[in-house]
Amino acid sequence: MDSSQNKILEVKGLKKYFPITGGLLRKTVGYVKAVDGVDIFIKRGETLGLVGESGCGKSTLGRVILRLIDATEGEIIYEGQNVLKLTKSRMREMRKKMQIIFQDPYASLNPRMTVGDIIGEPMDIFNLAKGREKEERVLELLSVVGLDIQHIRRYPHEFSGGQRQRIGIARALAVDPELIICDEPVSALDVSVRSQVLNLMQELQQKFELTYLFISHDLSVVKHISDRVCVMYLGKIVEVSEKNELYDNPLHPYTKALLSAIPIPDPEVKRERIILEGDVPTPINPPQGCRFHTRCQYAMPICSQQEPVLRDVGKEHFIACHLY
Amino acid sequence: MKKQGKSSSYLGDVFRRFKAHKLAMVGLCVIILEVLLVFLLPMIFDIDPYTSDINAFGAAPSAEHILGTDDIGRDIFARLIYGGQVSLFVGLVSTLISVAIGVPLGVIAGYYGGTFETIVMRSADVFMSFPSIILILVLVSVVGPSIFTVTLVIGIMGWTQFARLIYGNVLSVREKDYVESARAIGEKNFRIITKYILPNTFAPVLIALTFSTANAIIMESSLSFLGMGVQPPQASWGNILYDAQSITVLSQKPWLWVPPGIALVLTVLSINFFGDGVRDALDTKMKI
Repeated sequence: MDSSQNKILEVKGLKKYFPITGGLLRKTVGYVKAVDGVDIFIKRGETLGLVGESGCGKSTLGRVILRLIDATEGEIIYEGQNVLKLTKSRMREMRKKMQIIFQDPYASLNPRMTVGDIIGEPMDIFNLAKGREKEERVLELLSVVGLDIQHIRRYPHEFSGGQRQRIGIARALAVDPELIICDEPVSALDVSVRSQVLNLMQELQQKFELTYLFISHDLSVVKHISDRVCVMYLGKIVEVSEKNELYDNPLHPYTKALLSAIPIPDPEVKRERIILEGDVPTPINPPQGCRFHTRCQYAMPICSQQEPVLRDVGKEHFIACHLY
Repeated sequence: MKKQGKSSSYLGDVFRRFKAHKLAMVGLCVIILEVLLVFLLPMIFDIDPYTSDINAFGAAPSAEHILGTDDIGRDIFARLIYGGQVSLFVGLVSTLISVAIGVPLGVIAGYYGGTFETIVMRSADVFMSFPSIILILVLVSVVGPSIFTVTLVIGIMGWTQFARLIYGNVLSVREKDYVESARAIGEKNFRIITKYILPNTFAPVLIALTFSTANAIIMESSLSFLGMGVQPPQASWGNILYDAQSITVLSQKPWLWVPPGIALVLTVLSINFFGDGVRDALDTKMKI
């Protein structure tokens, strides 16, 4: 099992239920099952793409991994340590290794801090650098992410979306992390800026030997940047595979439907689009059995009774479907 | 070294923006001038607000009494100065008391939530449902009127507005991505509150601070005017006005009520302008 040594992060049976409270006494009347039993692993140095519709639990999964949200159940193993079992101070140390880049570059930078303070703050927290040395580190990071060193004294609102996202990336890099969870880092950016930021992220990955968990709903972006792709539906992983294998040979009906929605930039080529019927069911009361059976054109009787498990169908292609 | 670098960037900018705000600068100058006048003048010159000048009862302004004298011959200018000490003291100290109680309670209730939130916010509701002037009248008559009880009571009654204001702001700010980003880089709760939450919620509190100071000054004047505040012979702007209630005084001796009235309005206005300026100066998005 040499692949297990390569795993930088492994998530086992992870669940996150948000309680719904109601009534005068705020009794718990139900749960939103945002993440409901997820098993994934990330190999060192790779980019794992995580795709799914809005509200399927992608971002929640990212945040639970970083313990920004407490998990309900499950294990998150980072280099052999269960992240969920760490004490507060050990967890703080762990944050040096795992960082996050946020979706909205307008909301993720403190408007009352200068760029220099924002990037320097993680160094203060972990006592990585002080005074002159810190400033030099900040300047270096600014140039690494392609910003001007004169920007150090400016405030976030003085920058464009793309530049702000670069600041966010520099902040994440300040602690020299190993794994970065990228929560839709380019979704809020203009298309023209998007590729610049993506290329920067790829460059940085090479330079600092980073591992990415790249969360997105944009299949073409994920295809561009990922090594492996993981498809999520209603809090569950339905398919994981190497990128080309997944895009050329999707197995799960949901993945097929998703991929058929990517426009082809050639008017001659016609693709048969699979139109899914109905809406995504509510995660408060997800369907019994396979969560996708209500919208699946291949649904069989067993699909509504038994939940399919994620199985390897060869070539590290995992799928949770009764068809295979 | 590190501290200095920070203050030259953020506080320096704040100061620069504040200086560009004309009205706020005027307000600040008036407040400073007033504080100097009220607190330094009695030290330098021999000003006596208590002794009657037996040669001048209710005399109009003259060279000897520049703002005239009241009906028992006390110098109005001297009383104005000493009354100013009382008003400014009550205004500032009672507001500080309100802030000292209200802001921490509001921040903790908003940031941590839970039972503490329920207790704090419900008691704020209870406090706010009392008509404050009546409660103050009752409390003052129980404890006995003096500057300190008036200050304390006004201060304690005022905590709810700060608690509610900051609570509401903290609720919205704590959900912002930058607070989450702070948690992601391992920031401790105390530092998240002081570096991320407070700077982004403090602008409205500063406005409320100035209004509250102005209100407290007016409240003290009202209480003194009702005879429940500062007790004669000690002067306050309120009880100078209280002494000037009769029609004859109002129509024929304007020097008895116009100066304290102007002083009151000027002070309250200046404080409000100052607050406006501070809010704009703290807003990093303002381009000046």
